[in-house]
Amino acid sequence: MSEMHRPDEDRPEVQAPAPAAPVAPASPAAKPPPSRERLQQARRKWLRTILLTGGVTGAALSGFLPLVYARTKRLRPPGALDEKDFLASCIKCGQCVQVCPVQAIKLADLVDGFGVGTPYIDAREQACDFSCDAVQCILACPTGSLVYKKPAFLGVRTGAKLAAAPILKAKEKDAEPTLNLAERIGVARLTRPEACLAVKGKGFKGQARGSGFKGRMRYMAVDRWKPIKVVDHPYDIPECDLCVRECPVKGAISIETVFAPDGSKRKSPVVHEPCVGCGVCEMICPVEPSCIVVEAREVWNV
Amino acid sequence: MNPFLKNRFFDQIAVMFGREARKPTAISPVAQQFHSLKRSTNKERLAATIREHHATGKQVHTWRNRRWAVLIIANLMFTVSFWLDIQILEGALTASRFIGFHLIDLNSALQVMLAHKHIIVNLVIGTGTVFLLWLLLGGRTFCSWVCPYHLVAEWAESIHLWLVKKKLVTDQAIDRRLRTGSWLVFAVLAVATGYTVFEAISPTGILSRALIYGPGLALLWVLALLVFEVFFSRRAWCRYACPIGLTYGVVGIFSPLRVRYSLAECFHEGDCRKVCLVPHVLDTVIKGRAVDYEVPLGPDCTRCGLCVDTCPTGSLKFEVKGLNKLM
Repeated sequence: MSEMHRPDEDRPEVQAPAPAAPVAPASPAAKPPPSRERLQQARRKWLRTILLTGGVTGAALSGFLPLVYARTKRLRPPGALDEKDFLASCIKCGQCVQVCPVQAIKLADLVDGFGVGTPYIDAREQACDFSCDAVQCILACPTGSLVYKKPAFLGVRTGAKLAAAPILKAKEKDAEPTLNLAERIGVARLTRPEACLAVKGKGFKGQARGSGFKGRMRYMAVDRWKPIKVVDHPYDIPECDLCVRECPVKGAISIETVFAPDGSKRKSPVVHEPCVGCGVCEMICPVEPSCIVVEAREVWNV
Repeated sequence: MNPFLKNRFFDQIAVMFGREARKPTAISPVAQQFHSLKRSTNKERLAATIREHHATGKQVHTWRNRRWAVLIIANLMFTVSFWLDIQILEGALTASRFIGFHLIDLNSALQVMLAHKHIIVNLVIGTGTVFLLWLLLGGRTFCSWVCPYHLVAEWAESIHLWLVKKKLVTDQAIDRRLRTGSWLVFAVLAVATGYTVFEAISPTGILSRALIYGPGLALLWVLALLVFEVFFSRRAWCRYACPIGLTYGVVGIFSPLRVRYSLAECFHEGDCRKVCLVPHVLDTVIKGRAVDYEVPLGPDCTRCGLCVDTCPTGSLKFEVKGLNKLM
């Protein structure tokens, strides 16, 4: 390969793009000096080659640059490796997209700036509610970008590791109630407590996200194996606790009595260590914009 | 393999990496006899025979139609499998499962391994399956029989050729060594950045995902490539840039499925070279160049069959190495 890349060999070697007619005789020694026209053609071909090289490399790097400057952290599917390893190993085939029963996983586009064709979850639109029970996307991943357990050569960030295998509320009565998941993909945080209905002591009645919302969720009371539209499952509750009620993981969030900055007591959703960062609380929050959001790649800080 | 064909075998590997095709240095005695007989043929009689031949024969598209059918079905299988949720062929061209068996595109696998610097078992299994598949079926067969970009580029090519005929554009040739260069550049970029940079612009991956998961803005890049090919340089991406082609070309070096040229019947009109994506593999059809009376085409050949369809004398045929001896 290398012998074809000696740059000093290039110019005299290049032939005109004539489709037929052999021009060069067999032995290089007998080759007549190339005509001016031919030299000019060769020069132009060389310039075009440089042009195409620059174009292709430039385009490729432009696809890479947004990653370098990526400001918005994106929620990756469960079991995703750390972002750097994830970007290196994801083959962009979308098999994770195909197996998800609630279609939570989408593929990034050119302008999204976090890797063309890589999977992500927009939790507000459609969160992962683990209605597949087995974290199917991990099972589907052919390259180990999504894994149940990281191989030994990849380190685990402090606070990313879950203290115990998360117990799926839906599977609580099963012989094996846990999810095969070792690390969290993010952590939920109450970012707008002032707007939170639970904090305000208000109830909620109606469709959680309005009539136009397309998201789906598995409701155990309706059908264990068939997720239904959130729209088709209206609520009527005296005190809003949707984030707690619909959280698929046991012990990840609860309504607690907390002290407000002014010293008065009030109720508030509180996130606990088992939170895996699935984003169901963010999806179901009836306030616009959501009071509770999942911070992607965030770890548990005690 | 006789020494003349062996020379050509290695020569064609170098040609695939971008060297210009050269006149052969040694030609077998049988082939030399053919060449000298052809030189002494009465030119007028030959011309008359060719005319007669063309009057009776007509342009066929047998292989092209078969190939387009295979390409479209293969790509639609991904789409249908996902949309109907029948799980026959899950994933995209970069990596998939065929009824549960891992299939992984060789170039994508290579990019991932270089970027990730670790080798994952599933990846090895899927890559192995695909390697064997294309080893049997001809390496760059992937390009013309499966790659969705190949098909749209073929359509763009017909526009380009029409514009050339109208003298509105000319085909600007580019140095073929560029493809080897781009293969190396993207390999280095994958290692250096730890990101599969090539996958961001691979029109094969972009088109495949667009067909399955719906269109995106990344298609603009594919469109830009097609515009470049229509107005500037014929089939530029496939000919001069795509590292996937080179990866599969290397697999094709050892492939038993190929197109075979037989010197005896050939009129040396050169129609095959005009339709070919990679005319440098067809240099053997130029008068006086064939090193033997039967010459298999080199590994850069995509086995698209356009030359087989075009050849009026049947000098170019698909063959499976060793199979004609058995039968």
